[in-house]
Amino acid sequence: MSRRPAADVAVGDELPPLTVRLGRADLVRYAGASGDFNPIHWDEQAALAIGLPGVVAHGMLSMAQAARVLTDWAGDPGAVVEYSVRFTKPVVVPAAPDVAELVVAGRVTEVLDGGRVRVELTATSAGVKVLGQARAVLQLA
Amino acid sequence: MPLDASLAGRSYPASAPYEIGREKLRELAEALGDTTPAYVDPDAARALGYPEVVAPPTFPFLVAWRGLAPLLADPELGIGLERVVHGDQRFALARPLQAGDRVTGAATVESVRVVGGNALISVRVDLRAEDGEELGSAWSSLLVRAPEAAA
Repeated sequence: MSRRPAADVAVGDELPPLTVRLGRADLVRYAGASGDFNPIHWDEQAALAIGLPGVVAHGMLSMAQAARVLTDWAGDPGAVVEYSVRFTKPVVVPAAPDVAELVVAGRVTEVLDGGRVRVELTATSAGVKVLGQARAVLQLA
Repeated sequence: MPLDASLAGRSYPASAPYEIGREKLRELAEALGDTTPAYVDPDAARALGYPEVVAPPTFPFLVAWRGLAPLLADPELGIGLERVVHGDQRFALARPLQAGDRVTGAATVESVRVVGGNALISVRVDLRAEDGEELGSAWSSLLVRAPEAAA
């Protein structure tokens, strides 16, 4: 792996999309790894009790998965110097054996000075936009 | 101090250092299903010019969360975690965090807007290595729902 050269990039370039399948076991695993044990991410009753349609993925899990489109394309995780998202809708994760699908795509929207580029991401699940204003600045080679 | 605009500017003490270890980075990468070699293989990280395995770009939230703890537990504010919804998140990073880093997070409230009993808190957590190196910042918007609106 090496960092993608900025010279090879133009506005409108599309980043290879990524589809991530998320099951309840993945949420439990992320809860353990991240330390976020909010029960709405693993307990149906807790999620329903606060008005959610069911168990939902951690917002930070969706943000982390969406970042893979950035880091895979840039060729270096350290290329991400700015990254922001709005959590617009939750990713609802059904009980096993079903899974939710998170679909992420990205596009270069601006080439900046110094080898930096601005990228806009889209992230949807079941056709619903789950991340809004998902943007990053990448430092390329 | 109430949970309103007067809170803007309040800073909280830096968290105790979070020591980032190789196995934590492996655990997180595996939880994400992310096979990026530089997260788990020191040689792959070195090939990219890093001295150690590096963290994914959202990993700093784990440190920022510790920095947010004194705000979320501030007895004067009475924020119940069950009433908090994560609205948005932003990172600006000087470099990727890496194994061996010992990182503190210090929270500063940038603004509070109260709408219909709900409070929208914008808070910045500054990330610093123990030796003082500035590693970047994490901004979170947290919607604290009114107690009567919470189930």
